[in-house]
Amino acid sequence: MSNSDILSIVTFVYGLAGALYIIDWVFKKPVSGKLATWVAALGFIGNTAGILMRWVESYRLGIGHAPFSNLYESLVFFAWTIILIYLFIERKFGNRIIGAFSTPIACLAMAYASLKPGITSDIQPLIPALKSNWLIAHVIACFIGYAAFAIAFGISAMYLMKRVQDEEKVVWLDFAKPITVFLFVALFSRVLLVGNWALSVLTALPICLVFYAGVFMVRRMPSDTKTRLLEKFPEPRFLDELGYQMVLFGFLFLSVGIITGAVWANSAWGRYWGWDPKETWSLITWFVYATVLHARMMRGWRGQRIAYLSMVGFAAVLFTYFGVNLLPGLHSYGAFSQ
Amino acid sequence: MSSNEIASDLSPLNGLWKAFASLKLTIVLLLTLAATSIIGTLIPQNESPVAYVQAFGEFGYRLFTLLGVFDMYHSWWFRCLILLLTANIIVCSIDRLQLTWKIIFVRRPNFNIDRFRRLKRHEEFTAEITTDRLKDVYPSIVARWFRYHRVEDTDNKGFAIYGESGRLTRLGVYIVHFSVVLLLIGGLIGSIFGFDGFVNIPEGETAQTIQLRNSPQKLQLDFEVRCDDFDVTFYDTGAPKEFRSSLTILKQGKAVYQKDIIVNDPLEYEGIRFFQASYGSLPPHEVMLNFTSKATGMIYNQKAAIGKEIEIPENLGTFTLKQFTRAANFRGQNIGEAFIGILTPPGGYPVEVTLPLRFPRFDRMRKGEVVIVIADHVPRYYTGLQVSRDPGVWVVYTGFILMIIGIYVTFFMSHKQVCVEIIADGKKSRIRVAGTANKNKTGMENKVITLSEKLAETERSAKSEG
Repeated sequence: MSNSDILSIVTFVYGLAGALYIIDWVFKKPVSGKLATWVAALGFIGNTAGILMRWVESYRLGIGHAPFSNLYESLVFFAWTIILIYLFIERKFGNRIIGAFSTPIACLAMAYASLKPGITSDIQPLIPALKSNWLIAHVIACFIGYAAFAIAFGISAMYLMKRVQDEEKVVWLDFAKPITVFLFVALFSRVLLVGNWALSVLTALPICLVFYAGVFMVRRMPSDTKTRLLEKFPEPRFLDELGYQMVLFGFLFLSVGIITGAVWANSAWGRYWGWDPKETWSLITWFVYATVLHARMMRGWRGQRIAYLSMVGFAAVLFTYFGVNLLPGLHSYGAFSQ
Repeated sequence: MSSNEIASDLSPLNGLWKAFASLKLTIVLLLTLAATSIIGTLIPQNESPVAYVQAFGEFGYRLFTLLGVFDMYHSWWFRCLILLLTANIIVCSIDRLQLTWKIIFVRRPNFNIDRFRRLKRHEEFTAEITTDRLKDVYPSIVARWFRYHRVEDTDNKGFAIYGESGRLTRLGVYIVHFSVVLLLIGGLIGSIFGFDGFVNIPEGETAQTIQLRNSPQKLQLDFEVRCDDFDVTFYDTGAPKEFRSSLTILKQGKAVYQKDIIVNDPLEYEGIRFFQASYGSLPPHEVMLNFTSKATGMIYNQKAAIGKEIEIPENLGTFTLKQFTRAANFRGQNIGEAFIGILTPPGGYPVEVTLPLRFPRFDRMRKGEVVIVIADHVPRYYTGLQVSRDPGVWVVYTGFILMIIGIYVTFFMSHKQVCVEIIADGKKSRIRVAGTANKNKTGMENKVITLSEKLAETERSAKSEG
């Protein structure tokens, strides 16, 4: 069995784990949750094995390099890191509902890597610019950061679900939210799924409709069903704090990632910073999360506002990761081959 | 002059200071920088004016040039934003450091027992032995957990052990802010005292002038660079594997330094670094030509250089290589790199002959008395070097290291204080453990619990011993 077969299976294993976590949450079946943990752990072992096999395989092909060199490999590593951090959180805090919001992200990343046409799962030789010892440090640091931000995103979503009904109503937010959601969905369907803007708006419409149908149905739910669904959620204070911890963790690694990238750029091109779109977008992400940190630490922002800001931060992460491929620049090896 | 007048003299400055010490300003600046930085990633920077006029029209081009959009990261307004942020960082840090300085740098840390008594989260247990005996064993345990500790008698016939660690971690945030300022200073040093340019050197040739980037100026080096050899290798897939240039530095005609450079491994000489950036092919100096006589079928090999006339055997005339072209044209089709030569048959008119490198048998189609084929040619390359000097890079690297250390300290280390109070209760003692930290309160709570367990355990073993 080849490494990409194993990694395709891992996609389904993560999907199954996500489904089991959701069953545990919605139907209150703790057995399902316990099973989910084992399934996620199994997927993690498979994921690790897949990465290691690619590593070994590349040496067998005579082009030996660490398996962090193209979009496919980075997505696989991204999923691996998300699961690793999630399993750590589960072990530490013993709450499995967070699993319903983080394992699906890992599954989506893996599915996207395997299914999106133009992402090759072949082991490719390293082009000269990538032959550097900084490659491993740079990629690992960046993806630990991205994974932490992904989990912070999931936790922010949980926070908003838990808290949104009993916080003060802000009128302009009610209008701003659907528009922002639509714009973001359109942007990311262009970046991730389709080849032109018109089509991306068309795909964004049904996605938003489904999303808001879901929101509408939740609003119409009898309140006891709602409380039942949210009852096992951790306390809002805990979610707020945990999301913040994830942002701290992610910010440290994002900084290390940007810095190792700068040092590498200096040894490859003679400049540590060149305002290349990928560099600029990683800095934009850094600015957004720096805002989160200052707003929370110094101005005492909590709850909704921090949750929204941290979601905007994750959108910046996604754009740094995928969107930059639409723009001209030097990071072309992280791109789709078209 | 009365003190009032001084105050009013200073008040504009004071107001400015207050404005820059505001955290609202920080948040606005950070978000503005994030939002405006997007522009430069959507509009390609530093392209040719022609391309911009084509994309945005005459008016759009003028407007965007005025706003500095085409080189926005070096535009006056973007620099202003960065300058404002720097001022904001510095003022905020000084402002806050004035307050925390007294907390951080004290000889004898101050502990207020009432503050610990007021803490709701605390651990309490009763020991079956007297306070005096606990005084012998407990301080050493606290000392094991906290760098600083002190024992003080309290008002209620007992004593308190204070412990503290991580006081200096309060400086972490200032380290991060200082590192950001260092990065900007390093960048400034680089842009004033450094340069960034490129040079193309054909194999075997020497260069001394560098074309500066984003500027029409050239820079004269006080040494020469020779490219002895350039090699490019490919993988089976066709992707490039390695670009390698052998470079020699010459000073007054004498070779002083030699190094092979590849991407990610530059040559450095007198603070100037040479990076492998690009390459290209040059017309070969010499080719081996094959002349096939139609009459006899004989093949003659002869070397040819551009501009040199060759006598073809069997009295078939003369041949001169005229030029090399990258894109030869044949009936409106581009047939790629080719040599153009002039064949002069004896007593006839000269004919122009095209010899494409890609199609060796091309000349057969001419149906002449002699068929000319390029049998062999040695490809010649030039190496494209990025040349730069940046004396600010070490300042920036220091900033990088400080930033990572600073962020770690700020996020994951805290200033912790603990108070173990022992209250005499007849022959027994009551022990109360409470602690505070400026960050990660849950972590501190857990530490208090574990410390309390440890103390209780020690008390039990002390009791059983005697």
